[in-house]
Amino acid sequence: MLLFFQQLIEGLMSGAIYASLALALVFSHRSTNVVNFAQGEMAMLSTFFAWQLIEWGLPVYAAMAASVVVSFVGGGILYVVFVKPIARAPALTVVTVLIGLFIALNSLGGFVWGYLNRAFPSPFAGWKVQWGALTLSGEFIGIAAVLLATLLVLFLVFEHTRLGLAMRAAAAAPEQSRLVGIPVEWMLLAGWGVAAALGAIAGVLIAPRLFVSPGMMLGVVIYAFAAATLGGFDSVLGAVIGGLVVGVAENMAATYVPWIGADLKVVVALVIIFATLLVRPSGLFGRTTVVRV
Amino acid sequence: MTALLEVEALTAGYGSLAVLHDVAFAIGTGETVVMLGANGAGKTTTLRAICGMTWRRGRVVFDGRELASTSTQAIAAAGVAHVPQGRGTFNDFSVEENLMLGAYVRRDKADIARDIARWYEFFPRLGERRRQSAGSLSGGEQQMLAVARALMLRPRLLLLDEPSLGLAPLVTQELFARLRQLRGELDLTMLIVEQNANLALEFADRCHVLENGRLVLSGPAAEMRANDDVRRAYLGY
Repeated sequence: MLLFFQQLIEGLMSGAIYASLALALVFSHRSTNVVNFAQGEMAMLSTFFAWQLIEWGLPVYAAMAASVVVSFVGGGILYVVFVKPIARAPALTVVTVLIGLFIALNSLGGFVWGYLNRAFPSPFAGWKVQWGALTLSGEFIGIAAVLLATLLVLFLVFEHTRLGLAMRAAAAAPEQSRLVGIPVEWMLLAGWGVAAALGAIAGVLIAPRLFVSPGMMLGVVIYAFAAATLGGFDSVLGAVIGGLVVGVAENMAATYVPWIGADLKVVVALVIIFATLLVRPSGLFGRTTVVRV
Repeated sequence: MTALLEVEALTAGYGSLAVLHDVAFAIGTGETVVMLGANGAGKTTTLRAICGMTWRRGRVVFDGRELASTSTQAIAAAGVAHVPQGRGTFNDFSVEENLMLGAYVRRDKADIARDIARWYEFFPRLGERRRQSAGSLSGGEQQMLAVARALMLRPRLLLLDEPSLGLAPLVTQELFARLRQLRGELDLTMLIVEQNANLALEFADRCHVLENGRLVLSGPAAEMRANDDVRRAYLGY
């Protein structure tokens, strides 16, 4: 039973990180209606940026915060350069451009920082909470706190500010939004900025558990895709719940299904994506969109 | 009467296709103008061209300001509210959010709240449904919301694209009664595209008739009702 709870906590911890990356996918999808295959690589660059600042002597927290802010700007720039010009292009064009972006960003990481595995200090290391036989690591509490704080900020901004309302409107009904005077392109840019910032959060949270390297997000982004698919690509709540479910499912499968183990657990993500697309393509909390032809 | 909107030699369209050819008209401050024409004549395109939602050549001058190279959102900020055909509301958003979005270009929080309260009073059904999503309203309520949303901008010029589309005759009459009342209270200038020519001509001061993207007839609404061609083509008797 103790093993179960430890694995549950371990799963929730990975799940919270998948959730923040899935949130990034949801935000880029909601604002520009594309599935951003390069989201993981954007997060990798954000993480490298934070690592570089730490190398240069900045405190861990400050480096993380700076990375989130710079990522916001970087996400906006990527939107303007790569996504805005293909806003009306066919789906295949968009997919091709985003996969190209994925490869380009991955190579950029290697070009600037090389392919060595770099250790990233955990900001939450060194403290823990003992609860009976159960140990809650500082990392668990830290990651949970960051995810909750992120959600709270998103909720306050998007549900209670004029800017958040305008961003939602620009994403949902761009033409109608222009008619009420909303600068739609700026709102979509901000949407990509938010997505990149969320990716940066996921990156710096997971970095201490992996290493920082150009390939670090490959194994993570697949779980984020599973989470977003399961929860629905346009649902914030779905991304969070999807992330937690995927994290727990992955850990439980690795622990209790002997032949899966650590090597095959990525299959869990694939199975979740496949099953969701078969049974409920819009995801658990996604809305089915009806396209009028 | 000074012209609030002057359109000169306006050619506009989509892609390589020009829908409007050399259209010219003016709307005086406080005037209500109706645009008649068959399907595909370019009525909707005229409204969209004024708002910068198509490509255009020629001049569109609003309140002395050239709008031909101005973006849609800046035109809205200048005081032109447009209720597009059929979908004048943000359907996924609540009634109240729709009204707040309508006031996006305004900064005066207290005034916005006062206006929202005012339109709830004016359209009581909206007040009752303020937390409901716009998409769950009936057609008539949606059109009232679309008008209220447009008025939240405090527009000087209101463009209405087929407000009666898909509405029952009684609901249409109520809508126009409300618009008449608003026109008196707010000193609004309106440009309306309408299929229901009878109703529109009764409501408007002036009328323009479009045919294949060209303006073929213009005149005071009362005269147009007596015009044999207009009567046969649009009034059906």
